[in-house]
Amino acid sequence: MSNSNETELNGKQEFTITVYTENRIGILNRIAIIFSRRKINIESLNTSPSEIEHIHRFNILIHETEEVVRKLARQIEKQVEVLKVYYNTNEDIIWQEMALYKVPTDTIAERAPVERLLREFGARAVVIRKDYTVFETTGHREETDKLIEVLQPYGLIEFVRSARVAIIKDSDGFNRKLREFERREPGEDVIENEFLDKEKNVFSM
Amino acid sequence: MDTAQEDATTLTEPKKTVTVSGSVALLEGLIAEGTDTIFGYPGGAIMPIYDAIYDYKDKLKHILVRHEQGGTHAGQGYARTSGKVGVVFATSGPGATNLVTGLADAQIDSTPMVCITGQVFAHLLGTDAFQETDVINITTPVTKWNYQITDATEIPSVLAKAFYIARSGRPGPVLIDITKNAQLQMFEYEGYTPCEHIRSYRPKPLVRKEYIEQAAALINSAKKPFVLFGQGVLLGSAEQEFKAFVEKSGIPSAWTILGAGAIPTDHPLNVGMLGMHGNYGPNVQTNACDVLIAIGMRFDDRVTGRLDKYAKQAKVVHLDIDPAEIDKNVKADVPVWGDCKETLPLLTALIEEKQHTEWLAEFRAFDKIEQETVIQKELNPETGEMTMGEVLNQLNELTKGDAVIVTDVGQHQMVACRYAKFNNTRSNITSGGLGTMGFGLPAAIGAKFGAPDKTVVAIIGDGGFQMTLQELGTIMQFGVDVKILILNNRFLGMVRQWQELFNEKRYSFVDITSPDFVKLADSYYIAGKRVEERADLAGALEEMLNHKGSYLLEVMVAKENNVFPMVPQGMSVSEIRLK
Repeated sequence: MSNSNETELNGKQEFTITVYTENRIGILNRIAIIFSRRKINIESLNTSPSEIEHIHRFNILIHETEEVVRKLARQIEKQVEVLKVYYNTNEDIIWQEMALYKVPTDTIAERAPVERLLREFGARAVVIRKDYTVFETTGHREETDKLIEVLQPYGLIEFVRSARVAIIKDSDGFNRKLREFERREPGEDVIENEFLDKEKNVFSM
Repeated sequence: MDTAQEDATTLTEPKKTVTVSGSVALLEGLIAEGTDTIFGYPGGAIMPIYDAIYDYKDKLKHILVRHEQGGTHAGQGYARTSGKVGVVFATSGPGATNLVTGLADAQIDSTPMVCITGQVFAHLLGTDAFQETDVINITTPVTKWNYQITDATEIPSVLAKAFYIARSGRPGPVLIDITKNAQLQMFEYEGYTPCEHIRSYRPKPLVRKEYIEQAAALINSAKKPFVLFGQGVLLGSAEQEFKAFVEKSGIPSAWTILGAGAIPTDHPLNVGMLGMHGNYGPNVQTNACDVLIAIGMRFDDRVTGRLDKYAKQAKVVHLDIDPAEIDKNVKADVPVWGDCKETLPLLTALIEEKQHTEWLAEFRAFDKIEQETVIQKELNPETGEMTMGEVLNQLNELTKGDAVIVTDVGQHQMVACRYAKFNNTRSNITSGGLGTMGFGLPAAIGAKFGAPDKTVVAIIGDGGFQMTLQELGTIMQFGVDVKILILNNRFLGMVRQWQELFNEKRYSFVDITSPDFVKLADSYYIAGKRVEERADLAGALEEMLNHKGSYLLEVMVAKENNVFPMVPQGMSVSEIRLK
């Protein structure tokens, strides 16, 4: 997370790009190739329905200069099915990543100061079974990383972390506009391929 | 506001429908969009559409090309001369992958096109079925929008969207992939409703008054203003608005190759061509002007040369319909977002009527140098081998600037763009951004269908001609009246020029041999002639232009002639070389 030295050297820093799109098949690819075409790595990507029906929200985390990010944002916004793009530095946003940790229940129960761990890392136990326990925590990267380190000696079996999700601190304007969009002109439902594995239902010559 | 009641009443009266196949709905939609010509090639996965078009032969002209790439370039040529949307059909798999070059060319040159591809049955998608290829994902980077239809009921609305997206805003190619089952499927067709709005798509940014005012203030205070104009003027049908702006402001104006013809070549304020092989004055003066006004152009690297030495002294005003172009390559001091058809009149209203006589005279002084050192000997050589320039010069004498000139890519393209005379807009059809060799011949076919009353001359090199010469078959079969002018220097001339200038004449695989082009034309029943002597040139050109129907004229030109002036790669526009 702390790239301050590097930032001074090449002007690159973390940017979180927020994209509002129609819920359409293929839009993920259209957005992804804007990065891959320029050989830019996507550090983290989250996409999910937004608070407004039919409209999806992408959070894309990249490490780049502001100049490059501005151009990328305009290229993304140019896509027909993209409604709006924002880019923000870490100072502009509140963000979290969620992580799940699976550990053997016996070791954890016998050896780990479980109570202290849970309190220290704001974690909670999601599942406790005889053979394993799953903890969950949310936080910034360094926080979820720290808990891996702590749990490693107790035989961490599996770990998974979600992409970054971010809320823009200063963002009341567009939400209203989106609601207005959806109220005046509701989005269309996604039409998927109805025919896979349904050969009989397909018209043929 | 209260639409609930209206909805209720319309629901009680169901729309009249007819039961049709997806294929018929597609053709009805094309007719409703004003399509009269389709360039295509059939195949297994698009057979239902081809079966339907059998009954539409009186309403839709289908031109059977010889390769799908030729179909796309013909679609582009048609779109560029007519201003309408080019329509192309191809089958799945190889038919569809053959479209990619034309789509990429149309995407980078903002050409409106709708390509329809057949696709395997929906239930076979992802099974590696015969001639199945993932066309949507292959074409995503080279289309403005694309969509796969698996259900016939989607066809009318998706087609309407496709046309709207292709032609609105900054135009571009759109591809619709239709699975075979959807082409065959019968459904209740409610008629065709054109698309006029997509909520997530803003074709034109809102015009901001403050930027118009700032731009006008800069222009009014400028001592040495300079206008660069591109294809945006043509695409916005803003030729009149542009002319009014230039004439009131009195600003010398230079063009990108896709902007050629937006104002006539011999307009007193037209100071010539920009870029790597552009004119001397426009390139040098870019680094001498105080206000640079870019209109519907995108500062391509072939126009700007080295960016950190490009117009650094000037304030930049950039008019463009695509917000992503503003600040992309050259930082704009005043970004005038919007369609130049709207922004130019607003700007013209605020600027003072002026004449920049002394500043214009500077351009003319550079012209004189270029005339003496380059143009004279290129256009009027008296001895030695024939030059490409003199062919163009003779052609101008005969067409008087009223022909549509289609070019391929390479030295002949630069020479044609530099020297061809254009009285009219939409007369210079060339592959600008992508530089697609093989573009010329098929594009000329489309150009003729788009402008049937014009003389269409396809100027092509011996290399590029051999990339798509199979389209001679299309010309033969449909009696397309295009005049093919091959400038044969027996080399891949532009690469050879670079190898001469920058690689110590290490001519690496640029020596290309050709078949007998005249005999080749003859085998397609196309009349032709080869000219090797200067004395025969004018007569042969005249014969070509007067010939009824298509004609191929091959002119043997100097083997090792170079196109000058030239801004070498990595150099500044003001470091342009005259030799």
